[in-house]
Amino acid sequence: MALDLKNATFHGYRRENGRVGVRNHVVILPVDDLSNAACEAVANNIKGTLAIPHPYGRLQFGADLELHFRTLIGTGSNPNVAAVVVIGIEDGWAKRVADGIGKTGKPVSFFGIEGYGDMETIRRASQKAKEYMHWASELRREERPLKELWVSTKCGESDTTSGIGSNPCVGNAFDKLYAQGVTLVFGETTELTGGEQLVAARCRTPQVRERFMAMFNRYQEVVNRHKTGDLMDSQPTKGNIAGGLTTIEEKALGNIQKIGKKCMVDGVLDKAEVPSGPGLWFMDSSSAAAEMVTLCAASGYVVHFFPTGQCNVIGNPILPVIKLCANPRTVRLMAEHLDVDVSGITRREINMDQAGDKLLEMMFRTANGRLTAAEALGHREFVLTRLYESA
Amino acid sequence: MIHFVVHDEADSVGVVVVEGVKSGQELTGWIMDQDKEIKVQAKNDIPIGHKLAIRELKADATVIKYSTDIGRAVAPIRVGEHAHIHNIKTKRW
Repeated sequence: MALDLKNATFHGYRRENGRVGVRNHVVILPVDDLSNAACEAVANNIKGTLAIPHPYGRLQFGADLELHFRTLIGTGSNPNVAAVVVIGIEDGWAKRVADGIGKTGKPVSFFGIEGYGDMETIRRASQKAKEYMHWASELRREERPLKELWVSTKCGESDTTSGIGSNPCVGNAFDKLYAQGVTLVFGETTELTGGEQLVAARCRTPQVRERFMAMFNRYQEVVNRHKTGDLMDSQPTKGNIAGGLTTIEEKALGNIQKIGKKCMVDGVLDKAEVPSGPGLWFMDSSSAAAEMVTLCAASGYVVHFFPTGQCNVIGNPILPVIKLCANPRTVRLMAEHLDVDVSGITRREINMDQAGDKLLEMMFRTANGRLTAAEALGHREFVLTRLYESA
Repeated sequence: MIHFVVHDEADSVGVVVVEGVKSGQELTGWIMDQDKEIKVQAKNDIPIGHKLAIRELKADATVIKYSTDIGRAVAPIRVGEHAHIHNIKTKRW
């Protein structure tokens, strides 16, 4: 029987700003590479908290620095996060990140290492983290309507079965969610190459189309400026080619299946920008899995659909990544990484509508608390997109 | 049993969806958009996920999949032949 999405609900954590999360993390967030050690020490002291180390945050400037702040603030602001302890080498930028997160109304504190050293910082930050952990651990899930769930998608280590099965399965689910007013996003700008005209045709207004094409063309210029060949082994990747994908056009046409047959592209987002309303958004973004998923989390998405062919094993620290696959060989060899097996599509055992429902069922289970394969296996890839060199 | 899948009947290639396809094997394909079946004889061993030509392609011909241009043949490709990076290249980049 088909899912009744009209009255569908999930059980999530309603945050101070009205957004609803499906996880309840207390995050220990470094502003910069130098603060990773202190953050990891705090997370080790206070069980259940989560440090998310990364390699950047020093001497960045201009748009690249703005993106760094937007990504960190967005990550802390994500409704899957209950409270945040921010640690930076100095107070100024740590305060800037904490103030940004504080706009959501959630508990947040910041600590600068200079003048204290790691050990005193770890002591002070651990005390705050423990307080937040006690508080967060008593928060309870409540029943919320489906439309309050924000869902992102990005595929990875695609092969030809992605375009046949797992990507159109996401497309089928997206069409159904779109009809219910859910907030959705896709991206991967260069991975639309060869199918950009199909996305352009789906843009809601001429203004959206113009902005989409400007983003697409800008990214093509980046590729053309830096390429030393036809990008073989990078786009498509070695894994894509091993899986049977031959050209970027073929990969892109498979990729685009994720936006279904009915969704319109209602707007475009810059990297880590928060959408202003429901509908399907395009985010100008890298096609590298961890970068794109990190940006989805920073934009406020709380559940992610990740169709794969050869099986990219990626996860994210705060955004549950639901992995689905239609390649029977991958299902046989890599089952521990997969949440939904849709390999029945190519055997004509299930149709796309049934596959879409199967994915949506897993979406509800995940939203209600089931850990994804990536979560259970400890995949916490947190990868910040850089725009250019540091100063 | 379905050995390969074709997105649209206008396509020039299909995708092998079972393991162990051998040269000379008689293959059954499913054209998804039109829900039809076709038969093709494999001219090579073809790994799962890889493509085979379902129509004759001359060198420099446009290769069609999803009823859309996915690149050009850089060598002639016969029906049933393995179609991949050795005989198809992107038209972009």
